[in-house]
Amino acid sequence: MATKTDVFQHPDYYLMDELLTDEHKLIRDTARAWVKKEVSPVVEEACQKAEFPKQWIKGLASIGAFGPYIPEQYGGAGLDQISYGIIMQELERGDSGLRSTASVQSSLVMYPIYTFGTEAQKMKYLPKLASGEWMGCFGLTEPDHGSNPGGMITHIKDKGDYYELNGAKMWISNAPFADIAVVWAKDESGAIRGMVVERGWEGFTTPETHGKWSLRASATGELVFDNVKVPKENIFPEIKGLKGPLSCLNSARYGIAWGAIGAAMDCYDSALRYSKERVQFGKPIAGFQLTQKKLAEMVTEITKAQLFTWRLGVLKNENRATPAQISMAKRNNVNMALTIAREARQIHGGMGITGEYPIMRHMMNLESVITYEGTHDIHLLITGMDITGIAAFE
Amino acid sequence: MKILVCISKAPDTTAKIAFKDNNTAFDENNVQFIVNPYDEWYALVRALELKETLGGTVTTISVGEVDMDAIIRKAFAIGADDGVRIDAPATDAYFVAEQIATFAKQGAYDLILTGKETIDYNGSSVGGMIAEMLNLPFVSLATKLDLSGTTATLECDIDGGTEVLECNLPLVISAAKGMAEARIPNMRGIMAARTKALQVIAATTADKLTEIKSYTLAPGRTTCKMIDAENAASLIDMLHNEAKVI
Ligand SMILES: Cc1cc2nc3c(=O)[nH]c(=O)nc-3n(C[C@H](O)[C@H](O)[C@H](O)COP(=O)(O)OP(=O)(O)OC[C@H]3O[C@@H](n4cnc5c(N)ncnc54)[C@H](O)[C@@H]3O)c2cc1C
Repeated sequence: MATKTDVFQHPDYYLMDELLTDEHKLIRDTARAWVKKEVSPVVEEACQKAEFPKQWIKGLASIGAFGPYIPEQYGGAGLDQISYGIIMQELERGDSGLRSTASVQSSLVMYPIYTFGTEAQKMKYLPKLASGEWMGCFGLTEPDHGSNPGGMITHIKDKGDYYELNGAKMWISNAPFADIAVVWAKDESGAIRGMVVERGWEGFTTPETHGKWSLRASATGELVFDNVKVPKENIFPEIKGLKGPLSCLNSARYGIAWGAIGAAMDCYDSALRYSKERVQFGKPIAGFQLTQKKLAEMVTEITKAQLFTWRLGVLKNENRATPAQISMAKRNNVNMALTIAREARQIHGGMGITGEYPIMRHMMNLESVITYEGTHDIHLLITGMDITGIAAFE
Repeated sequence: MKILVCISKAPDTTAKIAFKDNNTAFDENNVQFIVNPYDEWYALVRALELKETLGGTVTTISVGEVDMDAIIRKAFAIGADDGVRIDAPATDAYFVAEQIATFAKQGAYDLILTGKETIDYNGSSVGGMIAEMLNLPFVSLATKLDLSGTTATLECDIDGGTEVLECNLPLVISAAKGMAEARIPNMRGIMAARTKALQVIAATTADKLTEIKSYTLAPGRTTCKMIDAENAASLIDMLHNEAKVI
């Protein structure tokens, strides 16, 4: 298993570093240094054993990966959206499962509490989530409602001084160890409402999903609600309808667009290094045209994604990034990363299937990333709807 | 405890080294600069550890132009309290030492720390010069530093062993590997770095005693000659006549 020193260097073909501030670069170097020191040496084994290394939580909190853009008064770091993206890129360069844990905590748990929560909810939950003392998860998907979350059947009933919650969520990242869950359920009028459910409440269980071939270093599970009593102060008061969960997904998808670049860069960096060292027919395989085609296309696609996503970050900072623009970047970048992982795997030959190199792990991880937070096809249909004005997925 | 840590920049170890202007200047184009590792990992971190146990302040000082500021902010992110930049290009060790000594004279520092060398020019001379200019003791290449009252106990690697020294403060030390363990900044530190005071002051006049006339790159790795294991005579012949090492 990989115990080699992590010598990763990012490609910067179009000098994108010049578009970043000194603080962005410091944040990137910090996240990268932490990944090299704490993640790379153990990630292969964690994946082989399908275990989330709990010791990562403290480190993630200290590098600001939990709620980077949440204001400081609630324990966040008060950073801009490009900083958030860069942190996600560096984490996913290490492992998509690691990035998923941070994405969920930041965009799917802290973001809705910050955006839709009452002051009391914010004060109660955000500082502890930022410090990693509490971990959260996000329950939207159900066994029978994935791409179509609006059809959900999990629901709440008003019982006077509390709501009674019933139903089940599936495929929930961080569920097995989360202290709290942001849950979306329908009220009696059929409107989707959000709420914070705490571990330990009667009737709330989180069985773990086993046997994944992907995101093995991230824990996935179900959320089962059997007559759970949710205090009224735990409901998000105003937000109703799908736009609640969708705005969270928007923030997470934006982070994934950056994250995927990280995974792609790691595959490219490894393939470039390997192809210069591996000699066949008397010369490094990097000297063969077919290998060069693969490498040249990889760096071209990474460069395009870097610039495209940086621009999206600028728009996001200005509050102008549309959900459809974010869909386009998520779809493009994850697909780009998956294609690069597959090509990089070929360059590594037989070595590419082992844990000696990160390639196969990235490749398998990206199969989840291309499915969750809106599948590859659904994002295409969002672009289609945006440009034609006609929804093709309903 | 008032500690002054000298911080300089150096090209990232993976940077491609090239020269320009007819090999008289280092080509900084596309070169990523980092905090000189000996300054950051050992001098700065040990200074911070001492501050954390004994109280006091850690100030950084750098001689350089405006591109140095990102390097200084990283030192702030790791934990330095404030910093000074003497606004002049750092081209000569004597000039640099004179600038730092002039500043340090007014500060009554208990300790002045430098890294053992910068990883680009490897001069190892600024620390000793500062000590001389301030008329202070100098311990070079220290791998361990502990303080008890106004006495410093230091360890230095020497040929075949270790030397333990005691010295009274104030004192100038150059820090080598082992003095501390590198720290990764945290987000609180990065945020705090935004607001810490970075004072930029004009350089005093000082001589430049050296000038670089030209650079040449070390010859690249040449090809490897394989000699049959049975053929020791040929190996000896090549070492003697071609490599001229025996
Ligand atoms: C590892 C992992 C972690 C996850 N973490 C979370 C989490 O933390 N929280 C959470 O709520 N969810 C999570 N998910 C769930 C994820 O968001 C869903 O898997 C995803 O939305 C797809 O839903 P589905 O699996 O039910 O697939 P389906 O919706 O059944 O889709 C199956 C296929 O049909 C296609 N399809 C569906 N509808 C259409 C249409 N109208 N037109 C064309 N094609 C269509 C899809 O593109 C896809 O190819 C996670 C999933 C995984 C794998």
